[in-house]
Amino acid sequence: MGKIILKKVNKSFGATQVIPGIDLTIEDGEFVVFVGPSGCGKSTLLRLIAGLEDTTSGTIEIDGKDVTAAAPAKRGLAMVFQSYALYPHMSVAKNIAFPLKMAKMDQAAIDKKVTEAARVLNLTNYLERRPGQLSGGQRQRVAIGRAIVREPSAFLFDEPLSNLDAALRGTMRLEISELHHQLKTTMIYVTHDQVEAMTMADKIVVLNAGNIEQVGSPLDLYNKPDNLFVAGFIGSPRMNFVKGEAAKPWKAPTAGIRPEHIRLSKESGTWKGVVGVAEHLGSDTFLHVNAEGVGMLTVRADGDFPVTHGDTVYLTPDETRIHRFGDKGMAIR
Amino acid sequence: MARAVSKRRTIAFTIAAWIVALVIFFPILYTIITSFKSETEAIQGFNLIPSGTVESYAAVQAQSNYFKFFLNSVIISIGSTLLALLIAVPAAWSMAFAPTRRTKDILMWMLSTKMMPAVAVLVPIYLLFRDFGLLDSRIGLTVMLTMINLPIVIWMLYTYFREIPGEILEAARMDGASLWGEIVYVLTPMAVPGIASTMLLNIILAWNEAFWTIRLTTTNAAPLTAFIASFSSPQGLFWAKLSAASTLAIAPILIMGWFSQKQLVRGLTFGAVK
Repeated sequence: MGKIILKKVNKSFGATQVIPGIDLTIEDGEFVVFVGPSGCGKSTLLRLIAGLEDTTSGTIEIDGKDVTAAAPAKRGLAMVFQSYALYPHMSVAKNIAFPLKMAKMDQAAIDKKVTEAARVLNLTNYLERRPGQLSGGQRQRVAIGRAIVREPSAFLFDEPLSNLDAALRGTMRLEISELHHQLKTTMIYVTHDQVEAMTMADKIVVLNAGNIEQVGSPLDLYNKPDNLFVAGFIGSPRMNFVKGEAAKPWKAPTAGIRPEHIRLSKESGTWKGVVGVAEHLGSDTFLHVNAEGVGMLTVRADGDFPVTHGDTVYLTPDETRIHRFGDKGMAIR
Repeated sequence: MARAVSKRRTIAFTIAAWIVALVIFFPILYTIITSFKSETEAIQGFNLIPSGTVESYAAVQAQSNYFKFFLNSVIISIGSTLLALLIAVPAAWSMAFAPTRRTKDILMWMLSTKMMPAVAVLVPIYLLFRDFGLLDSRIGLTVMLTMINLPIVIWMLYTYFREIPGEILEAARMDGASLWGEIVYVLTPMAVPGIASTMLLNIILAWNEAFWTIRLTTTNAAPLTAFIASFSSPQGLFWAKLSAASTLAIAPILIMGWFSQKQLVRGLTFGAVK
């Protein structure tokens, strides 16, 4: 079990309020991702749940029990840190066994669990090595192993992949998702990378300046962003915002159109523009187009769309995929 | 890219380094040389080649029991070091990992006590020792040296602990370690090199401490510093005997320092280069 409920959770460091009061329910077995720009309070929120920071006010419940004042170890949670935080003076086996040793489990049971965790995480051949002799990916797996053996009611991940290179990040992303399917345990995952959020989450919590901007499934957030912040943060490349005169046809102060929802033509269209930079990714090409009377727009084209710097193109937004936003940045539906 | 250093420069620097080292080491060397001279030779002026007699050593041992002083030195320096570590590890832990707004001030204040001339507090401390019956006792001297060196021990450990990432201690906390478990299983093993060099340095400082050890002892608790001092008597200066006594006093710490120099250098330069 691992249902976590936050009620009016507030955190201040001195006079600085980092989290002004958050209500959030995380269901048992859910994979929840906290995403937001740096300094938005997502790591602080995770550390509050872990018990590594004290809440200023509000309550945190895990499986119906109020743990607001409980020590980290008493909450039944396991955490994987950005820096892995392995014990450098202990072997891999001892690192994984450490929480069990602290729980005063007998040695035979510890050995069995460590062997099993090492098998699941492909670490069997490395059990006697020190963390310093492992690669980044292996270290990350040891950190996950140390978390798994405790059989926690929820896993907390604090930007676990940001120290890895791009290729390894992709692999580890799959491994963590796979682990979630196997264990079916609640996982809370903090990241600033919206691609990680979109690909892994059952539920995404978008944070900005300590506030929850929107909670929903990845596709919910993509298709129905509640406000300008979420619209701009979710999706890559980010959504284009059209303002003033150009937004008039949609009767809103701001209209949002994603790069993939603009049709491109060399002959005719709603807007005429000149291609600035063209980013060729192979499968897709992202064009940065200066459209007359609209401004800079990013447009996604097929990888083989024949275009170069300085070409004139015509753009037509997909009318069914326009997002309208009011004066205060909230979505108009 | 490493700078290319010409061979001639390397040789010049090597010679210069040897000269500096010799100049620094010379007083110790001359003490050792003098200890192998007879008293007549010793007062005859500068002479680097001794006759090789060991009569001064025999005389020194006959006059006062070296091993009693040696034992006192060992007990007091190791005892005060262990006691200082016992206090300093938790203190440095809290300063490094749970600092308050005043932590920096406390650290500076502790260091400032080292700048006060010891003689300024001689009378009050002497009176306190007298009233508590601590004069000429090993316990009294151990406590005194612990207090004198505590600021340095805390500072050194604090510098070491600061280098240990806080996330590792948080991980231990998540893994169910108590505060004590965190210090014993995680922090201390990781800081072993730092604790070891702090220990070595403190033993050396305590071994060499001569102001308080001479003033607060007479016979029972007197360590080797008092042993040397006892040979500069009003009856006259016996250079050869004084040198023999000094050699005997510094030999143990010199040997220990030689074997642990790597550890010591690492300890003293730790944190200087990241």
